[in-house]
Amino acid sequence: MSIFGFRISPSSAINLDKVDRTRFEELCRIEPDAMRCMACGSCSATCPAATFSGMSVRKVLLNLQRGKEEEAFRLMSNCMLCGKCTMVCPRGINTRHIILSICRIYEKEAGR
Amino acid sequence: MKEIVVIIGGGIAGLEAASQLLKLGYSPIIIEKEDHLGGKVANWHKLFPDMTPAKDIVDELIASSKDSNIFLNTEISFINRLQDSYNIKLSNGISIMTKYILCTTGFRLFEAEKKEEYGYGIYNQVITNGDLEHWFNTGKDERIENSSMQAIGFVHCVGSRDEKARNSQCSKVCCITAIKQAIELKEKFPDAQIYCFYMDLRLFGKKFEDFYIKAQKDYGIHFIRGRVSEVSENIEGKVIVKAEDTLAGKPIKVTLDLLVLMSGMVCNPDTHKMAGMMALQVDSDGFLKSHDNVFHITSSTKKGIFYAGACTGPKTVPETLAEARSAVLDIHSQIISGQ
Repeated sequence: MSIFGFRISPSSAINLDKVDRTRFEELCRIEPDAMRCMACGSCSATCPAATFSGMSVRKVLLNLQRGKEEEAFRLMSNCMLCGKCTMVCPRGINTRHIILSICRIYEKEAGR
Repeated sequence: MKEIVVIIGGGIAGLEAASQLLKLGYSPIIIEKEDHLGGKVANWHKLFPDMTPAKDIVDELIASSKDSNIFLNTEISFINRLQDSYNIKLSNGISIMTKYILCTTGFRLFEAEKKEEYGYGIYNQVITNGDLEHWFNTGKDERIENSSMQAIGFVHCVGSRDEKARNSQCSKVCCITAIKQAIELKEKFPDAQIYCFYMDLRLFGKKFEDFYIKAQKDYGIHFIRGRVSEVSENIEGKVIVKAEDTLAGKPIKVTLDLLVLMSGMVCNPDTHKMAGMMALQVDSDGFLKSHDNVFHITSSTKKGIFYAGACTGPKTVPETLAEARSAVLDIHSQIISGQ
C-alpha cells in the first residue's frame, strides 16, 4: 500500500521464536557439517559468482538457520556448482554436497 | 630450621603451592578467609574440556597439602615490613614471622546486577554462570526447576571487555565455560534450543576448538555473533532478548525460558586491601602487577613476595596450577641462594 508516495517496508528483523526448523534439522541429519560453519567468509571470497550475484555459502546456511529461506534460494540460484568453496573451507566442510542436499530437501518440501 | 612460607588464599593455587613446598621440605602456612578450602573451583561442578569433576581436583589438592598449617575463617589484620622479613598479624590474634609470602588471592566473579540492561536480580529467569554451577552441584534452583525448558540463552562477556563496567580485559575462560555449560544444559534438556550470543569466540586452549565443534555439530547449539543489547520480560515471565545478528546484518529477537549471563573474572577487592598493606603495585586492570609479564609473572617487585594464579589476571585451572609450581620453584631458589 502506498499513500502519498510513502510505504511501509516489511521488517527485516529475525524472530527466532517463529523459525520453522523442520527442514534445517533434516538437512543437519544428512549433512551434520552444516552446523560447523564458523562464518570465516573464505567461501564467499573465492566464489566466482559472488562478485556478480552476492552468492555466499555462508549466507545461504545462515539464512536457512534463521528461517529466511527465500533469501537463501535467491542466493543459491546463482551457484554454478564449481566447488571452489569446498576447496577453501578451513573446516573441510563439503559445501558443494551441502548445496545439492539443500536443493533436494527444500525442493521436496516446497514442491518446486 | 624449616623455612616458613605464608600462602595467602586457600584456593587451588594456594593448595598446589603448599603441597609442592611440603615436598621440598618447607613449612607452608595457608591463610583462608572462607570456611573451606578450594576457593572458586570448590563451587564449580565440572571442568572443561574433559568434564573432570571439580571436586576430584579439590579433594586431591586438599589431601596432598594436609600437612601444612591451615587457618580457615582467618583474615590478615596487618603486615609489617621488617629488615628482611615480614610480620603478619592474623585476625585470630596469631603473629607469623616469615621471609616469604605467596599471594594466591584469586579473583571474584563480576557482579552481573551491575549490567542492569541484562536484568539479573530484576527478572526471575536470568541467572549467572555461578548460579548454574550451583544448580549442577545441588540440583536446587527453583528458577530452573519451575520452567519447561524450550529455549535457553547464554550471554558471553558480561562485565568483560567492557570499559563502561571498568573491566577492559578479556576474562579468557568464559567462552569455553559457556560452551561447556551449554552442552551440559543440552544434555539435561535435549529438546531445548540453545543460543550463545558472543562478540568473539576465543578458544585458545588445548581441545577447546574441538569442544566448540562438538557443541555445534553434535549438540546443535546456535552461535549468534552479536552482543545482547537489552533483556525484557513478557507476561508469562519469560525473557525476551534483543541483539543484532552481525553476520546477517539484521536485528534478532528471541523469547527464552532461561538466560545465563557469563560473568567475567575481575580483581578481588580483598587483594587490594592486602596490596595496600605491603605496598604492592596494582596494574591498570585492577589485578596485581607482576615484575614483568613474560619472564617473571610469579614475582612481585618486592623481595620475598610472590604471586600465583588469578590474582595477576584471569587464568584457567591448569595455568593456575602451573603458576603455583613455578612460584614454589622461585621461592625455593631464593631460599637456597640466601643460605
